Amino acid sequence: MADFDTIQINTLFEIPVLNPGVMKDSSPFVAAPEHQEALGFPGELVDDWQARAIEKFAELLKNSRALQVYMDGCVKCGACTDKCHYFLGTGDPKNMPVARQDLLRKIYRRYFTFAGKYFPKLVGAEDLTKEVLDDWYSYFHQCSQCRRCSVYCPYGIDTAEISMAAREIMDHIGKGQKYCNEIIGKVHKIGNNLGLPEKALINTLEDLEEDIEDETGVAVRIPVNEKGADILLVTPSADFFAEPHIDGLIGYAKVFHAAGVSWTVSSYASEAANFAMFIGSQEQMKMLTDRIRKAAEDLGVKRIIFGECGHAWRVAYNFMNTLSGPFDFLDPNYPVPQHICEFTWDLIQKGELNLDKSKNDHMTLTFHDSCNVARGSRMGDTPGGQFEIPRAIIRAVCNNFVDMAADTIGEATFCCGGGGGLLTDDLMEIRTKGASPRMTALQEVVEEHGVTHMAAICAICKTQFAKIMPKYGIGMDRIVSLHQLVSNAIILDGQDESESEADDETAEHVATA
Amino acid sequence: MLSTIFAILFYLATTVLIVGLVYRIQLYARTPAPLKIPTTPAPVTAQGVVLRMFREVVFFESLFKANKWTWLFGWVFHAALLLVVLRHLRYFTEPVWLWVTWIQPFGKYAGFAMLAGLIALWGRRFLVERIRYISGPSDHLMLMLLIGIAVSGLMMKYVAHTDIVSLKAFVLGLLHFNWQPLPADPVLLVHLSLVLVLMFIFPVSKLLHAPGVFFSPGRNQVDNPREKRHLAPWAAALDASRSKPGANS
Repeated sequence: MADFDTIQINTLFEIPVLNPGVMKDSSPFVAAPEHQEALGFPGELVDDWQARAIEKFAELLKNSRALQVYMDGCVKCGACTDKCHYFLGTGDPKNMPVARQDLLRKIYRRYFTFAGKYFPKLVGAEDLTKEVLDDWYSYFHQCSQCRRCSVYCPYGIDTAEISMAAREIMDHIGKGQKYCNEIIGKVHKIGNNLGLPEKALINTLEDLEEDIEDETGVAVRIPVNEKGADILLVTPSADFFAEPHIDGLIGYAKVFHAAGVSWTVSSYASEAANFAMFIGSQEQMKMLTDRIRKAAEDLGVKRIIFGECGHAWRVAYNFMNTLSGPFDFLDPNYPVPQHICEFTWDLIQKGELNLDKSKNDHMTLTFHDSCNVARGSRMGDTPGGQFEIPRAIIRAVCNNFVDMAADTIGEATFCCGGGGGLLTDDLMEIRTKGASPRMTALQEVVEEHGVTHMAAICAICKTQFAKIMPKYGIGMDRIVSLHQLVSNAIILDGQDESESEADDETAEHVATA
Repeated sequence: MLSTIFAILFYLATTVLIVGLVYRIQLYARTPAPLKIPTTPAPVTAQGVVLRMFREVVFFESLFKANKWTWLFGWVFHAALLLVVLRHLRYFTEPVWLWVTWIQPFGKYAGFAMLAGLIALWGRRFLVERIRYISGPSDHLMLMLLIGIAVSGLMMKYVAHTDIVSLKAFVLGLLHFNWQPLPADPVLLVHLSLVLVLMFIFPVSKLLHAPGVFFSPGRNQVDNPREKRHLAPWAAALDASRSKPGANS
């Protein structure tokens, strides 16, 4: 394994020279039989895995127009070849989106097309061998399903759909990924990715309430399992105690408090994340969204609001209505679900939040668009609201805000490097290398505009950056939650001003690399 | 003998092309799109989607975002190909439609633009390391085939004229099932043979991108999952399996 402890940042988007096979051995731990079987998958690689894989592949093709069209439609134009952060960070040609797709497409051609059956060499069709399976396992776990390539593909071919299909096939022949499958099992059993039981959750949040009261002098509540509350907050469980996530949770609580609404989290559905999307299993994904529906019904809430989490928002916004809807038992005056940013921005527009922007004057912010929010969902009523609303909130609570380069934000945003089920220590090398385009863009605004902090609205992004930024010579505390900024600026009724100073951070510059 | 062989081949190729494409399009249309997966920002209305598809198909919007050179070569090739194909309608219609005569002057030069675009696209497959890596034999052969068609066509126009009157009689004869002799001009025969190959392989090759683009869920879906519940047959079946609405476990 190459030495990647400290990475020198290159000139922005220098397209690397091809380095075939350099990431061939980067693959995650294989799921143990108990993790597999808990999800109804075979415990280990089955004897007739080739036949079973082709059978599963046929089933997926039959049930997904996207997969069928994407397998046929590629003309190898190369538009996507320099768009993947993992390719830019590694130079491994199999991390070019088209080449990643071809790992599956060559099998499709061999077993499902006329040309591939009779002229395999001509069209690059190959038999499904152990080597191919190993490549699948490595390279389909070097895709964060961020969809950046799909923006540039003239046919909209979405590598995320293809890597999801490949992972679904691998799960069904007994070669699943430990990280995702173990976590999904925990949600089934306990209700969240962290395996945090109800009692611990309640204790944690009570402690947090005390902290907020100590800091502000105001009794801000974070209710759990409160029947009859108006709003169910579904947020990634990392928000309950990871840094900087928890500061975001404090922000949501203050916003709800200031708005005077009643709200609650549910211990049964104490997880917004839905890792079933990463493994491409619609059945598993539905089981997880059904928990949210059940919690909403049991608690008798009128609205569902999601906290800061990228892929969770994609699942909630795009899939939850299909999988677990219709949500006609909720108040029809509000979209189902709503994003916490939509809720906060609405209050800001109505002038219902008392904000002191100067509380964030010790920071100069930039904003990282999380891929699943940027390219897989929307906020507000108009296309692109997912870019405008978070920025509008930041501008409303901070005086100093600078965007990163235009081709690294918005729909062109670069993945943090840890999305799509890759946020695990066994994939640290690819995570580090994949972060390089984002780190490069960040470095640029640090140097040119004195940016000190980067805000994000995704639990995975926050965890990934906190872990990866030090490898690029950037302090791990330079990644902040968007609602942490809101939390800093908001002044609650009866708040003790002298105690509410924001963190005592100096505006020292982020990078030393 | 030659005329008969070509006549039969053209009927066969046309059948393969049409049946193959209809089969493929039916397959795309019938296969469910279970979830909403438009690449966002996406239009929030059906009219918006029509506009997005129009920009994609006519201007290659996404490719333009991706790579200006590839876009230029690709767009020039496709636009020129369209003009050239339309120009060829003069050999299929009698009397020739008025608008077909209007585009003749452009169509004639479009042949050169098409060839230039193809050569540039092929050049990328040798000169750019990444594109070289992803290019397989079929990618090269497809470009060679199209270049062969373009060159043989241009040769008949500018180097060695073929007996175009007899050719048109042959084509109209095919259309009216009243077979006429085909001029035994070598360049013409090469041109027609290559076109036959193109017709035969269309439904089993990457040329399927032409119908496929219209079925791409990333591009043709409306971004309205909260406003309108998206329900494909797959999800409907799961819905029905629930004991009663709202009582899922």
